[in-house]
Amino acid sequence: MAEMWINMGPQHPMTHGLWNMRIKVDGETIVDSEPVIGYLHRGWERMVEDRNYPQIIPMADRLCYGSSFTWSHVYCMTVEKLMGIEVPERAKYIRAMSDELQRIGNHLMWLAAIGTDLGNLTMFLYATRDRELFLDMFQSLCGARMTYNFCRIGGVRNDSPPNWVRDLERTLDYFEKRLVEYDMLVDQSKLFRMRMEGLGYMSAKDAINVGLTGPVLRASGVKYDIRHNDPYEIYDELDWHMCTHDACDTWARYRVRMMEMKESVNIVREILKKMPKSGPIRVKPPRNAPAGTAMARMEDPRGESLMYLVGDGGSKPYRLSVRSPLFVILSASPKLINGYKIADVPSILGMLDVCMGETDR
Amino acid sequence: MENDTYSVEQVKAKISQTFPADVVLDDGRTETRRLYMAADRSVLFNLCKFLKDELGFDHCSLVSGVDWCDKFQSVYHITSYSSNITLEIVVDLPHDEPEVDSVTPLWQGANWHERETFDMFGIVFKGHPNLKRLLLPEDYKFFPMRKDCAEGGQ
Repeated sequence: MAEMWINMGPQHPMTHGLWNMRIKVDGETIVDSEPVIGYLHRGWERMVEDRNYPQIIPMADRLCYGSSFTWSHVYCMTVEKLMGIEVPERAKYIRAMSDELQRIGNHLMWLAAIGTDLGNLTMFLYATRDRELFLDMFQSLCGARMTYNFCRIGGVRNDSPPNWVRDLERTLDYFEKRLVEYDMLVDQSKLFRMRMEGLGYMSAKDAINVGLTGPVLRASGVKYDIRHNDPYEIYDELDWHMCTHDACDTWARYRVRMMEMKESVNIVREILKKMPKSGPIRVKPPRNAPAGTAMARMEDPRGESLMYLVGDGGSKPYRLSVRSPLFVILSASPKLINGYKIADVPSILGMLDVCMGETDR
Repeated sequence: MENDTYSVEQVKAKISQTFPADVVLDDGRTETRRLYMAADRSVLFNLCKFLKDELGFDHCSLVSGVDWCDKFQSVYHITSYSSNITLEIVVDLPHDEPEVDSVTPLWQGANWHERETFDMFGIVFKGHPNLKRLLLPEDYKFFPMRKDCAEGGQ
């Protein structure tokens, strides 16, 4: 049969954002593919060179609206490294707690999206409804649902509101029961599993070499989580276990994300137990950063996020370079889908949790 | 994950033993699980090959460019999953001839990072399998992240 190129995107239900997956098909089989990105390129790295350090925090939030706290967090960590600031203990706990809540919120958004991708609208409604609870928690913490502007160089903006712990524990208790329902809805659904099992195979060796990180890497059986192997903030004081899966396919990626949500609930509970009850939450940073370079990396919900900062002694960064996990994962997407059928593409690519804001920057 | 585990000191010793002249280790910065160095661009590929094959640095986190007006820098962040070390290699490139060997043949994860750096800075990565513009249109005439690139691309 004649081979032909088709475009899935930039406007396509599969893409979740503006990008284009060019696919060469032979009948129904994918023989070659090429992702085309850049539709959302805003020149982020150039824009930040004209802004002073605190002004960049809300911009870092907008790298990805789904996990904005983690992005402003990694930015603040980088600047703190350059300025040589030590963050107060309580602020570290609040940051780690927000990270985990953000991880749950982000995974729920992914679950909603993958639900509609695979024809399970109930999943979409359930996940969106429960995500709203975590957005409510963020709203009571910092006033915004999605782009928080909450992290600060030297700490966090404000302490948790009254009754925060009570509300959070209620939310977690409720959410844990809901997770069991998700399992029944998806894990025990033959139809859903048929669309995931055995697709998008990537061995551990290849996954490392092509630069997969985060849940996608751990679904290939690699035991690496920056929270565990290169701990930042207070993660080395917590006792939790890493979620991995050995199946190396789309089903494994699904399972790892579901397990991570459950583990995040445990981490938040432990943080609430160990968090100092009072104390400073912020130190005052200097206006200018010294000349030099700094680098910080952390476990974003999607993988490894890293920022590399070059300061020239002034109040603005000379260069701020961002490693986006999705940027690298998308570059490897042809290796995931080549050889499979065209109907498998939404399942395989949806499981990567695509976010174009951080990919194109 | 059958790689051996090395400490930062062991990695330092092995690098300075193998590349005595062309790699300068930064001993002033003593963060845990981090290692900083500057390398000559002629040895970059061999250094990376040595890191990957002998020391188990199996993951390329980031390749980025910096424009210092009198020179370019390409900066590599490379991670070892077995030893839990992230190291930073800074390579100086002359401003009039920004060329360096590509590390994509070693780590496929560097592919788009090098393409993006070429796209934004015009740094040419020799040996890259597909070095063309990534985020910007293919007929773009200038390199917007260069410091001498004013508004409108003049």
